[in-house]
Amino acid sequence: MSLFRTILFVAALAGIGTGLVGSAVHIFTTVPLILQAETFEGSGEAEAPAPAETATHEHAPGTAEHSHDADEWGPADGFERNAYTVLAMVLTGFGFGLLLVAASELAGGLTGWRQGVIWGLAGFAVFTLAPGLGLPPELPAMPAADLAARQVWWVGTAAATAAGLALIAFGRTPMLAILGVALIVAPQIIGAPQPASHESPIPESLHHSFVVATIVASFVFWSLLGGLAGWLRPRLATPGT
Amino acid sequence: MPTQNSHSAAASHESIASRTIQITFAALLGVFVLGGVGFSHISAVHNATHDVRHATAFPCH
Repeated sequence: MSLFRTILFVAALAGIGTGLVGSAVHIFTTVPLILQAETFEGSGEAEAPAPAETATHEHAPGTAEHSHDADEWGPADGFERNAYTVLAMVLTGFGFGLLLVAASELAGGLTGWRQGVIWGLAGFAVFTLAPGLGLPPELPAMPAADLAARQVWWVGTAAATAAGLALIAFGRTPMLAILGVALIVAPQIIGAPQPASHESPIPESLHHSFVVATIVASFVFWSLLGGLAGWLRPRLATPGT
Repeated sequence: MPTQNSHSAAASHESIASRTIQITFAALLGVFVLGGVGFSHISAVHNATHDVRHATAFPCH
């Protein structure tokens, strides 16, 4: 089996397993909080821009104002919405699995589940902790800066943190480790794009519960993804690849 | 199986360049998949992945 196919199969199987478990965790922990937050959507936004908006276009009385997906397709609440969450979670597991397994191949390939969990913890630091410091997990209806700017900062922070961790773990000189620390700190000094005001209709306690649930669920996700990939890799790779 | 033996024998001689290319393609596929799930601005994709984007702290909305 070629190396590419080995990576593909390990990532796919680990991603499916992690995605199924991860979506079950989310559907019982974070998704109910998202649904609860959506009941605040419109209430906060309607207050400030309401006078200007009524002047430009008319809403039928009693119609809920909604900033997006008014006419576009979206899954129906309930089973359909959760089915898409499972699908998206499996794809997320597959995508992150590809990155995790590919990166570990550069270091010689995973040899067992325990080593895989260590790589999973690195993934947790790179994709959850580092971007989450500047852009904490957000609920619907919370104010946020420009989406594209946040996406650029998120990707840049993850990339810099991954490179920094690699320099610390595999760099041959102390100088490289220091450079690694600098790479990890730099995006946090630059700072994530922030909204003009943090005023939000979402109760602080609801947001706090959501942040905790999200980070714990991510920790489980990454431990499982790394552990499964580390367990599968020696079983799927043919000697010599 | 003779084919598998010859295949793994060939694989053991895989050059560093070939390994690097295969690892790169696997990583690019991962970036492509995550780009679709977590970062696509297409409205239908956003709506389908909405809860996952929030729950995994991808930038959303």
